[in-house]
Amino acid sequence: MGTVSLNTPPTGMPHVPEPDLHQVLTPEGHRRPDHDLDPWLEDVTATMLAGLHRDMTVIRRLDTECTHLQRQGELALWPPLLGQEASQVGSAAALHREDYVFPSYRENGVAYLRGVDPLGLVRLWRGSTYSGWNPAETNLAAQQIIIGAQSLHAVGYAMGLRRDHSEAAAISYFGDGATSQGDVNEAMVFAASYHVPVVFFCQNNHWAISEPVTLQARRHIADRPWGFGIPAMRVDGNDVLAVLAATRRALERARNGGGPTFIEAVTYRMGPHTTADDPTRYRSKDEVEAWRAKDPIDRVEAHLAATLTDSDRDAQGGPLTIEAVREASATAADEMAAALRTGLAGLVDPGPEALFEHVYAEPHHELARQREHYRLYLAQFDGEQLEAGAR
Amino acid sequence: MLKVFNLPDLGEGLTESELLDWKVSVGDSVTVNQVLAEVETAKAVVELSSPFEGTITALHGEPGAVVAVGAPIVSFDLPGEPGQDGPDGAAPARSDGRVPTLVGYGAAAEGAGRPARRARAAQAVPPGPVAPAQPSAGTGERPRSTPPVRKLAKDLGLDLAAVPGTGPGGAVTRDDVTRAAEPGSTIESDSTRGLGRQVEPVPAAARTLGGRPRTEEEAIRSVRKATAAAMTASAFTAPHVTEFLTVDATESLELLEALKGHRDFRGLKLTPLTLVARAACLALERTPGLNARWDGENGRIIRQNYVNLGIAAATPRGLMVPNVKDAQALDLAGLAREVAALTGAAREGALTPDQLTGGTFTLTNVGVFGVDAGTPIINPGEAGILALGQVRRMPWEHRGEIALRQVLTLSLSFDHRLVDGEQGSRFLADVGAVLQEPGMALALF
Repeated sequence: MGTVSLNTPPTGMPHVPEPDLHQVLTPEGHRRPDHDLDPWLEDVTATMLAGLHRDMTVIRRLDTECTHLQRQGELALWPPLLGQEASQVGSAAALHREDYVFPSYRENGVAYLRGVDPLGLVRLWRGSTYSGWNPAETNLAAQQIIIGAQSLHAVGYAMGLRRDHSEAAAISYFGDGATSQGDVNEAMVFAASYHVPVVFFCQNNHWAISEPVTLQARRHIADRPWGFGIPAMRVDGNDVLAVLAATRRALERARNGGGPTFIEAVTYRMGPHTTADDPTRYRSKDEVEAWRAKDPIDRVEAHLAATLTDSDRDAQGGPLTIEAVREASATAADEMAAALRTGLAGLVDPGPEALFEHVYAEPHHELARQREHYRLYLAQFDGEQLEAGAR
Repeated sequence: MLKVFNLPDLGEGLTESELLDWKVSVGDSVTVNQVLAEVETAKAVVELSSPFEGTITALHGEPGAVVAVGAPIVSFDLPGEPGQDGPDGAAPARSDGRVPTLVGYGAAAEGAGRPARRARAAQAVPPGPVAPAQPSAGTGERPRSTPPVRKLAKDLGLDLAAVPGTGPGGAVTRDDVTRAAEPGSTIESDSTRGLGRQVEPVPAAARTLGGRPRTEEEAIRSVRKATAAAMTASAFTAPHVTEFLTVDATESLELLEALKGHRDFRGLKLTPLTLVARAACLALERTPGLNARWDGENGRIIRQNYVNLGIAAATPRGLMVPNVKDAQALDLAGLAREVAALTGAAREGALTPDQLTGGTFTLTNVGVFGVDAGTPIINPGEAGILALGQVRRMPWEHRGEIALRQVLTLSLSFDHRLVDGEQGSRFLADVGAVLQEPGMALALF
């Protein structure tokens, strides 16, 4: 009989090396060579970087503006994305029009970049609509509140894409906490078994509300998918170029019949989990400051400032300077915020009966019965009618 | 144009927030999204940012105030859009019926006790460029109630706005409606409609206590709330027994007088309480059960062989019970010093959490209020509490004759779960013996 002590190594456990953290732009803005990612960044120009800078600046403003709106009673809730701009912009920039996005509640930046009107987001988060956009028009599903459930939707959709012999791919966004959910694990089983064109895009923002990622993941999250037979990549989620390249690579694999890929974008949630949360209760100031030094927008600015030359031109053919980039981004953010504030004034609540409108695509007698029942119920209070529509 | 920012629900389904700190003052010009205040909800400390650009005309509440969701928190004067102030330049009417006075706002005409329902901004109040203020012709928010109650009121032909609500948050309940519909109720007639809560006729000018309003409300908060919880918990979990002993403390008081001249006690405040504190510590040597703790959850009694002696103190904030740590190891001078320090800190509101927790036995000096005895309630977690009555000159048996002596009554409550009458009585008798004859301390302990 052998004996086993606490220090006895398990048998049959292969030595698994730490996965690399792919990084193309350092926090100081230096471009680093990356054998795996560089082929996917051959088209990067100063103009393109300026565009990524603008997109990140605009969604950061969208985020802070909506956080303010919640504090002012305009929104019921808002889940901030502050700090995760590069992960959202880099991945969204890699998508094609026909690809289908299955987001969590935090992908408000992705939604904006898919063409969703910020007012649509506002209507959703103030609770006056069930979806702020038409998914069929944006190829962006409704934001999923249930943690990780959208990964199943994405895999199911991708199974359909495969049957249709489509060239599109599906992408599912979720966070580090969701990887502990059954749904995400089930989705990975099905994705691998059916070899479907899906990308699992995990933004590891280090905190599942108040639980640190280290508590639920003894190894890197990117280690897990390999156990399902899904290749995974760990990238610097605050590096917009690394995220762009990794997502392009994964989507291309999916389109070419390569099956699912998992991307762990290592980033940090600079704000609270939602506006109802107080992160100072569970994490240190030092940790937050350490991540502030890795800001995704700052590093693109630093890179542009160091690399722009006199020959770089903007879209209009004018000289492209770092000041011009900053100003263009700030202007775009200001315009978005102003349009948002103006649009708010005209928003109209849909009234309670709108509840019945989007349950089924076609008329349904049981729903019609319920609707009539509800109408009669409301009619009892005639004269102090629940305020439907504009007032 | 005047605009009021009502406190929004900053979490998910919160009903109130505590105002921590203002970041702006009346008269300040602020921009959209500028931080106005720091508030604490049940969930988080958050910054409240301005929905308007304009000048602050009033801050509703002091730091520390608890503000209901939907209640006004900041009033603004917004630039532009002049001419909204009414045709004759009078102060603008506001939808809640209040008008600006020179400083801030007057009291609401009615219904101020209940927060207005949160305005659904999509329907009513757009931020930024602002719609003209609603004239106050309408009834404003309808009273809070449930649909069946509204239906009942409608069936009975009652205007719900005129029914006083007694439900949570001023909601109108079924009973309120039924009562209002009874014959003799003043509510039905149109002439009284809109009077809100003043439906009961007020007797003509009977002078009230202090000339104050007939009823006044005070939120149950902080120390009052904590005291109530502690006393309820103690009174209904620990079976209290209270015993009394009246003693001739003349010799003790003479001793205190004598000690005042002693150099070890120079500058110290020596009172009967000091002596009782010392006597209690000595008595606990023989009856440690009164210094034990009942730990019902774990099925055990914890004997504490140190005395953290609580001293009940009436402070401006309410009742506080700081305790002298390791009082058993202090002599009379040490106790006098510590008690003076604690009561001083209590009066100044400078007690630390450490000073307020960990007590093992408590003294309360009700004598300072001019009473003889009482049935004190044990501080939760302790086994006993001893109250001192006032010292009064009374005819008392002394050396076989009646003499005027300095007499006081001790009242001891103890938790009968862990202290029996024998031990409690013995403790009380020991303390009494020392007070009656301070020399007994030499003999007994």
